[in-house]
Amino acid sequence: MVTGGMSQFARAFPTRKTEELVVDAFVMMAEMLDMSPIELRSYVQAGFYGHFADHFGDQLLGEAAIHDRLGLDPLPGIGIKTGGATGGYNMWTAMMAVASGTVDCALAVGWERMDEVPTDEGNNYIACAADRDWETFLGHIYAGYYAPMATRYWETIAKKDPKFRETLAAIAVKHRGYACHNPFAHGAMKITVDDVLKSPVVADPIRALDCCLMSVGAAGVVFCDEATANEFHKRCPKMKPLRVWIGAGTHTLRVADRRDMEIPLLPHETPDLYKDRSERYPGFTCFLATRMASNQAYRMAGVMDPLDDFDIGELHDAFTISDLQSYEDCGFRPYGRGREFVESGDCYLVNPHTGKRGRLPTNLSGGLIGCMHAVGATGEMQVVEVALHLWGRHGEIHGDPKRWERFGKKKPDDWKDLQVPNARRGMAISHAGVGSHVTCTVLADPDHLYRKEVGA
Amino acid sequence: MRTPADHNVTIVGTYPHGYKFRGEFHTGEPSRPIKDEHGTMVGVTKPRRLVHVHSLGGEAPFFQGISENGRLLATVCRTPGCPGSGSIYLPFRIHCPDCLARMQVLDVTDKAIATAKVYTFIVTSRTGAFNTLETPIRFVDIQFPFACTFLKGYMVGAGAPAIGLRVVPVFRTEAPTYTIKDLAWVVEGTTAKDLPKGFAFASRTPFPGAEVLP
Repeated sequence: MVTGGMSQFARAFPTRKTEELVVDAFVMMAEMLDMSPIELRSYVQAGFYGHFADHFGDQLLGEAAIHDRLGLDPLPGIGIKTGGATGGYNMWTAMMAVASGTVDCALAVGWERMDEVPTDEGNNYIACAADRDWETFLGHIYAGYYAPMATRYWETIAKKDPKFRETLAAIAVKHRGYACHNPFAHGAMKITVDDVLKSPVVADPIRALDCCLMSVGAAGVVFCDEATANEFHKRCPKMKPLRVWIGAGTHTLRVADRRDMEIPLLPHETPDLYKDRSERYPGFTCFLATRMASNQAYRMAGVMDPLDDFDIGELHDAFTISDLQSYEDCGFRPYGRGREFVESGDCYLVNPHTGKRGRLPTNLSGGLIGCMHAVGATGEMQVVEVALHLWGRHGEIHGDPKRWERFGKKKPDDWKDLQVPNARRGMAISHAGVGSHVTCTVLADPDHLYRKEVGA
Repeated sequence: MRTPADHNVTIVGTYPHGYKFRGEFHTGEPSRPIKDEHGTMVGVTKPRRLVHVHSLGGEAPFFQGISENGRLLATVCRTPGCPGSGSIYLPFRIHCPDCLARMQVLDVTDKAIATAKVYTFIVTSRTGAFNTLETPIRFVDIQFPFACTFLKGYMVGAGAPAIGLRVVPVFRTEAPTYTIKDLAWVVEGTTAKDLPKGFAFASRTPFPGAEVLP
């Protein structure tokens, strides 16, 4: 990965077309490399595009329009659609094109236009990503498909412990809080656990502040083969190309269809870990697709223990409960003990209990709850955010007062640089539906790989 | 909003002969400009109304079962040697996910009445556009000891949902919607007089042609 970029994200951009937002993201990709857009474009050999729902933008084959507006005709271009994992699968496809040798340099860009219908119609469109015969008619709202997972987790694993509910709320507090330092974000809020617990019920036990945003915006990355990446690096030494591995998994569209099975183990887990587990797997409390994607990516990259090996992570916090479920699927904690990742302080940039750096800070961008969920762009946004840490440019990009001003905002007086010191390795999850498609993108500074490579 | 009847929408003939759309399936209305406070045009409305039709295909028996027959259908794999042979699927699944053979339709109504329990649930008053269920909605995911899957639905009548609650199916066979909304669940022990209008307990007649799960 040689560069990445994003547009501003907002609930609505009534005065801007989608292509303007995509161009913003592409221009940022070029600026990151101290190149002009024309120079960057001269390297790109194919475009990979993702937006979740044609309904939202009321435009079929929107990929062709964006490809044209980026000036990439007549190069090959393709559209990828896998719901909330559109960004992740889009990058997976672009990566395969590079890895196969089909292209030397691939652009992967995603966007979503969610502001051209009222929110309740937007909720219906999103609910069309559930099974339209068996689920969509039941409420026409996606929170209604996640909340049963929260109920099951709350009652059978958390044993109705009120502290667990506070732990979920703390995730929302953290992500909205981190978003206060991110000029791209539109869900910044300084809130308390109490605020979350008192926010309106969406689908009990999920409350409004437990939920992700509905957003508009674009984000993208450029992947290259090693020779091309080295060329970029020569031209722009401050942007060290990052190594990328992407694992991908799937599971049934309907949670209800998930048959009981053994837990696939991550590299650092042993079967003994789950010998006393009585809850069905994956049941309504786990995401097999996340476990499969992580397992694949970890084993490709050589990740032995995610808590030790990663410096930064971005997870798919569509809801606070799904963020917590992902800690377990990704192996930050064993199944059934995800809450410890928050309660220990490991997930924070600064551990509130020790005042020292958290063991694995996650969603410093604000995630989907605090930054944005412009569905087709979310996967790319989270990878770009991780990469900014690995490039050591997080503070520079997020702290630039001109960027705040350009986005119509004032840089907060108490703005903090959330750069993870000496970050070398990171990961990001991209997640669709109630876990129907998931990717796990693992990134590393090439001088700090997860294992020694032959010939390296 | 006008209903399909207002549009005079009909399907003429039956599949596969003479299957044609008739009526006003789509109507357009003039677009209007969207302007900012200075009167500068920034966008345009794009109104339209349309009626989709939808093929239920191999799942049609399930929906006919709940909407007309008052019976609950599942499917079972009967392929010898298939690792999933004998597995019962509810939601009704057309093909076995293991061997891809078309599965046998199974009437599981009586067994479901005797065994269905709430596996998980939510209560919500928030819905998306087009919702017609009365709020607050009590959504339940139902567990059946005979099936390898769960079935999403909603509760009607009295009682709060709870994990492990015994429930029985009821069917909207009067003025059905021909969607999954025609199947709902009530707390075991609910009497017919306590059912919402349009709903009834299961019919005693098994679904024609379906094997009955004993």
